[in-house]
Formats: sequence, structure tokens, C-alpha cells
Amino acid sequence: MAEKKKKIVKQIIINADECNGCRACEAICSGYHSTDKFSIINPGRSRIFVHWDPYRNLFVPVLGGPQAPAECLARNKYIIDGKEYDECLFCGAVDCPSRELFQDPDSKLPLKCDSCESEPPLEEPMCVQVCINDALTYEEREEEVEEEREWDELDMGLEHLIKTFGPDKVLETFERLVKKEQTP
Amino acid sequence: MRYGETGYDLEIDLSTGNIEKVERDPKLTELYLGGLGLNAYTMWSRVPADADPFDPDNLLIFAAGLLDGTMAHGANRTIVTSYSPQTKLLGFSMMGGFWAPELKYAGYDRIILKGKAPELVYLWINNDKVEIRDAKHLKGKGTYETSYLIRQEMKDSKVQVMAIGLAGENRVFFASLEHGRNSASRLGLGAVMGSKNLKAIAVRGTKDVPQAKPERMKELYFELLKYIQYRLQNPLPGIPGILAYIGSPQEMKLFDERWHTTSFAWGHARYRRKDFWTEEIEKKWAETQRRRIERYVSCYNCPVECGAIIRHDGLTTHRYLMKCFSKLTYLMAAESDSLEFNFDIAGKAQEYGLDGFTTPQVMAFAVELYENGILTDKDLPGFPKNNEERFYYLLEKIVRREGIGDILADGVYWAARRIGKGAEKFDHNTTKKHEQMVIKLGMLNPIYFLMYATGEKGNITQIEGQIPQAPLPKEVREEFVKDWPHVPKGKEERFKRFILEWGDEGKVFPFYPPPDLCCELVEWQEIMHYIDDCTGVCAGLSSFPIKPPYHIHNYPEIISAATGLEIDEDELWTTATRVRTLVRAINVRRGMRRKDEKPPEDHWKKRFPEYEEKLLDTYYKYRGWNKEGIPTIKTLKNLNLDYVAEDFIKRGILKPEEEEE
Repeated sequence: MAEKKKKIVKQIIINADECNGCRACEAICSGYHSTDKFSIINPGRSRIFVHWDPYRNLFVPVLGGPQAPAECLARNKYIIDGKEYDECLFCGAVDCPSRELFQDPDSKLPLKCDSCESEPPLEEPMCVQVCINDALTYEEREEEVEEEREWDELDMGLEHLIKTFGPDKVLETFERLVKKEQTP
Repeated sequence: MRYGETGYDLEIDLSTGNIEKVERDPKLTELYLGGLGLNAYTMWSRVPADADPFDPDNLLIFAAGLLDGTMAHGANRTIVTSYSPQTKLLGFSMMGGFWAPELKYAGYDRIILKGKAPELVYLWINNDKVEIRDAKHLKGKGTYETSYLIRQEMKDSKVQVMAIGLAGENRVFFASLEHGRNSASRLGLGAVMGSKNLKAIAVRGTKDVPQAKPERMKELYFELLKYIQYRLQNPLPGIPGILAYIGSPQEMKLFDERWHTTSFAWGHARYRRKDFWTEEIEKKWAETQRRRIERYVSCYNCPVECGAIIRHDGLTTHRYLMKCFSKLTYLMAAESDSLEFNFDIAGKAQEYGLDGFTTPQVMAFAVELYENGILTDKDLPGFPKNNEERFYYLLEKIVRREGIGDILADGVYWAARRIGKGAEKFDHNTTKKHEQMVIKLGMLNPIYFLMYATGEKGNITQIEGQIPQAPLPKEVREEFVKDWPHVPKGKEERFKRFILEWGDEGKVFPFYPPPDLCCELVEWQEIMHYIDDCTGVCAGLSSFPIKPPYHIHNYPEIISAATGLEIDEDELWTTATRVRTLVRAINVRRGMRRKDEKPPEDHWKKRFPEYEEKLLDTYYKYRGWNKEGIPTIKTLKNLNLDYVAEDFIKRGILKPEEEEE
């Protein structure tokens, strides 16, 4: 069992009641995470997704969260405002095999929220900065957590590639590319 | 590599089913920016000058603005353009929301539609996949219901839909295109869409919109965001609450409707109720508003929340979306004191896809004709006694073009002429055949006279802005001009002096401001709107409010950071003037002349016919137009509109330059 440890937890808090559905968070997120920061805007590459449905008055920002290694059998039931919603749209699992949410539209690589990790760190993640209506806020608090292995982007990307192409093919490609790099 | 814009148009012929993705000459962006500018150019070059709006050869164009889909706040407008069935002139109606940015992300700046589908269809655009799909199952369905059903079909909550309702299918001359609370509602373009047998366009896109100067774009974004936040918290002192903020007038959030209900006209734009606003009404309306509004909502990439989701149990979707003055248009026209009634009927009318501005006026016009014996029980069998019920009665007749509804569906101007029997006399609130703002005032306002008369848009709210609508109270004037960086270069001294002295003794309407200053003020207001219509930035963040986030000084840098187009203030001004002049040229070619440039006859009680002619002369001259309001050869050539000049000479609209002098 993993050891318990005190740790500062930083978290983006979602208050769906305050969301006006403008999706500025999606736009800025895609810009911030583009290779050359803000060189492109494309909500399709965003790591936050606003489930946007004015016809049912449903505006729920969802952050790309843990990776879903397999299809989830138990679809979640949500009761919002007395109404029942039986769907997985509010689920933050990235790279989920049952849907295309939080997958890069071209490479299909998973898109996980990293709270805009950077050096030096941002005061607040980008989506929180642009949400002046406070549907998104940022909280820091001390918490006892079980230490576990963090999935970083490289892990997730590689895992996805291994799943798609098999370990041998990935290894072979890796070796070939490294060799190419080393050849003057 | 193109930035900000995709550089591609989607050309679709609905008659043959042919679909093509066509790259545009980048030179056109320099000349016309995007949005309305490009649409006007396409309409001029490709649609015959005498085409009927419902002719399959008439184009229906949907454009995203140049900045749509970039980080620019509020750059989300869709500019729909065609010939208007009502005015027969160029109709360009705009809406905010999410549709145009989605089109950009799908890889297109515009959709150019021609022809007519053999049966009702809708378009499905998903990146490179474009399909014309059968829409038989959507026939007669409401605008919200259609959007809802298509989104269900796609199982993707990011699909953005715009649709027409029964009114558009039946070619009602004031039918709208609806996309959530966003309506391209003016000038009947929903009827043109109906004439092409096109029910809806659904879009989904996951492609990149590149920005030319990413870091600068980010800085500008946060600068503007800070100012937006400041303006939302700091209404301008000395200005009516409804105009003191930014955005569309904040009628969903504000409860105080004294300004609209006591200074705008009730019934068929006939009379003011100066004592209407009482404590009792305020309390009752506030209760209704709180109960009916479920949530405040924004358009894409804008924090301002001008819209609201309204509860409505009479609709299959149980709710609809609203903003701005449509909160009051129906109740004021029906002379009803019930805000509940307005929320109810506005929802039904939007579901049918009707313009919330013209529709109530047409209904009030019919009621007036009935009360004056011009329409009788024969025309209106079973016409109820109560005005609210009468409006529902008329709504059903109009959207079905049933009985008298078939005539009323052409709008006040055409209906009055089809009915005859003196009905023409009751057509008192239209300009260029289009229903105008329901305002009846005392003294002629020379600035608004020019905007009503010469405006190409048919809607004053899409022309006015930047300056207060009445003199400021003395005690706030100094403070107002001290912090007013929005004023165009070279005009600072004159415009600031205007604010400081306007309202003083001898500095009042109609002879103040003098004609030349009126022209300059009108030009500024117009130009800001034309820039927005090209860039796709919402007027609520730019051309409509006083002291807005976007202005002539920061616009060039925003455009350049997003698109890489190096443009300075003067060039941007000239470009907007080019677009404004091209729009006028299209209308001139359709027959519009000086005689058409008249505000509603009774808009002001005190009129000064000779002085008004002088105002018009001064404005035409200032613009470089001749006495008929036609841009001269010299003006056209200075604006790189030589092709317009040549066409005008060929058609005999203008004489060659040497003969003109």
C-alpha cells in the first residue's frame, strides 16, 4: 500500500452554477498548450471541456483527468436540478476508448489538464485567469494523500502508442529515430 | 500560411448538390478584411443587380468575421448576407454565439450558397466532410427543436446549429435565422434560406486557427479583459443605467425599465406612457424576471453575459434564450402591462423564427387597421377582443401565411399597399420599407436624422454608438472627456468640446451640433460598426456602447497580432469606408436614391424640411457622394473601387468624370 504523506494540493474548483458557457477557458487552454504558446487557438485541443447545452440549461466544465485504461462499464448517473442525466460526458477520463473527448483531434493522443504547469509557475492556471465569473477558481490546501505514481504526459502518450501499435513497434521506431538523430 | 482567417470559402450549389472548397485571393483580405466586407464584394461581383431575393441565382452567404475564432474577445459574429425580400436592398444581418467560430475551426471563413434544393435539406459540416442531408423530418419544426434534434442525432454537444422555423420555410419577409439566443433577425434573411429549401446548418470543427503574433495577442487579450472587468463594475455616471455598461443593453440583468417603458412608444409606435413605471410594476416585473430566468449566458469567448435562458413550458425544449430589448417589444406593441406575456409570446415567435423587432409592429399595425375599420371580421374571423390574445392569433396566421397572415407576412410597408383602403396612412414607422425603432420624440435630432436617413442597415442600433444619446449632466462632463481615449485622431478637440458644451444655452437641437460636426460624429459611429461587421467583433464590446473595450486606436494592433495584416489607423478607417461605400453602391445599383433616405415621418414632432435637406447635402458632400447620394467616380477611385465606377458609367448611373464636373 502506498504511504500517506502531507502535501500541498492545488486544485481547480468547478462551480457549474456560475458557468455562462462562454468557453473562453477552452480557447485559452488550447492556446497555452500549443507548441509555440498561443500560436494557435483550437478548442478541439483543449484540456478543459465545457459540456454546453443551452436547450437543457446544462453548462458543466470538465477537466481532462486520469487516464481511462479501459472502457468504463458503469456509466455515471447525475442528478442536476432534479433531473437525471445518464451519460459519461461529465467524466474527465482522458483517452477513454468509448469516446473522443480529451483526445488530440490529429494524433489522438490524450489531453490531460496539467494546471498549466510551468517554470516559473503561473499564479493561476490560464482557464481560471480568464473565468472572471468564477465558475473556475483555484485552491491550494494541505492534505494527506497517498503517494502514487503521477501520470505525466510522456507516460500517457507512450502508453497510448504502445496500446495502439504494440510495444515492439514502438521500441523499433524509437531506436530508429534515436539512431537517425545520432547520425551526423 | 494565413493567420486569423482560414483563407477558404465553401461554395455549395443546392440545385446540383455540388460542393467545393475554394481558396480566396489574400489580396481580398487587405481590401475588405472579412465578414461583411467580403460578402459585399461577392454580392457585387456575382449576383445580378436585378435578381429577385428568392431567385435561385441570389446568393446567401454566411461569413465568420476576420477575427472570429482567434483570442480576440467577443469575435464570434456570423454575418449573413443576401438581398432582402422586404427592402429588396442588400440585407446583412448578424448574430453572435458560437456558430461562426465553429465554422472557422472546421476550416472555412464563409459558406456561399446558391441554387435551391429540390426538397428540404440541412447541411452538415464536420471539418472536411460536408454533406447535404435530408431534412424532411425537420419540416415545420421550431428553431430550438431543430437545433436540439440535430445535436441529438450527432451525439456531440459541440455541434453548433443555426436553423429557420416555420416562418422561414413559409418565406415570411421578417423571418430570422436562430442559433440559441442569437438571431440574425433583421431584413428577412430567414425567408431567403427558406426559399432555398435549407432548414439548418450544423457545424463541428477541430482544426487550428493560427495567430500571427502569439505573445502580443496574449498581452492584448489580458489588457482588454482587465478593461472589460473594470467597465462591468463601473457604470458611466450621468448616463441611463441601460446604456452605462458595455455589452448589449443589459436588460436581462437590470430590473429598472423606466427608460424604455417611458421614453419609447407603445402600441403601433404611437404614444408614450410617461407615468408607466411605478413601484408596483417594478416589483411585479422583477418577480417575473427572476422566476423566468434560469441562467445568464455569454457568447463564445466573451464574459459579458448579455443573454439569459428563459423558462418556457409551452415549448418542446422548455426554454429559450433572450437578450436586450426583445424583453419588451411584444408587450409594448400589445399595450400590455404583463412581462409574463412578453416572455411567453417572444419564446413562441423565436421558435417560429421571427424577428422580435418587426413582428410586434406588424401585429400592432393589424390591430390598428382593425380598430379603424380597414380590416374587418371578414379578414380576421374570430378575432379576439383582448390584445394579448390577438397577438397570438396573428402570430399563427403570419407564420402560416394563412388568410390575412399571407399579407401581413410581407411586413407593414408591403401589407399596407396590398390592403389599400387607406392602410398606407398607417405605415408610419418604416424607412426603406423596414420597421424602425419605436421612438417618437419632440425635437429633431440632426445626428440621428442622418443615421436613420442614410443608414444602410435598416436598424439604428447597428449604426449608433460611442457618444451619449442626450447631453450629459453638467457635473459629469469634465470627468467624461478627461478619460476618453476612444476619440479618433485629429478629432479630440472638437468631440471633447461637443460633450462639454452640448446642452448649454443655444447648444441644443436642432441646430446644434452644426451640420459639419454632425457628419463627423455620424461617420465615427458608422465606421466603428463597419469595422466590427468585418472583423466579427460584437458591437456590444465595440461600436455600440460608450467607452468600449475596442476602439480605433487598439483595433489595428489586434488585427495585426491576430492576422499579420499590417494596418494602421488611417488604413483601417479607409478600409471600413471602402466597405461602407461598396454596400451603398450595391444599393444604388438596386435603385436606392435620395428620395428613399427618409426617417419615419413622425419620428420627431418638430421637423425642419429645409434644414434637413441641408443636413443631407452636407453629409453627402462630406462622404464624397453626389446630390442623389451616389458615390462619385473620384470617391470610388480613391477607395480602389474602380470596378464600381466603371459599372456605374456603363449603366448610366454616373457620367464619366470629365462630364460630371
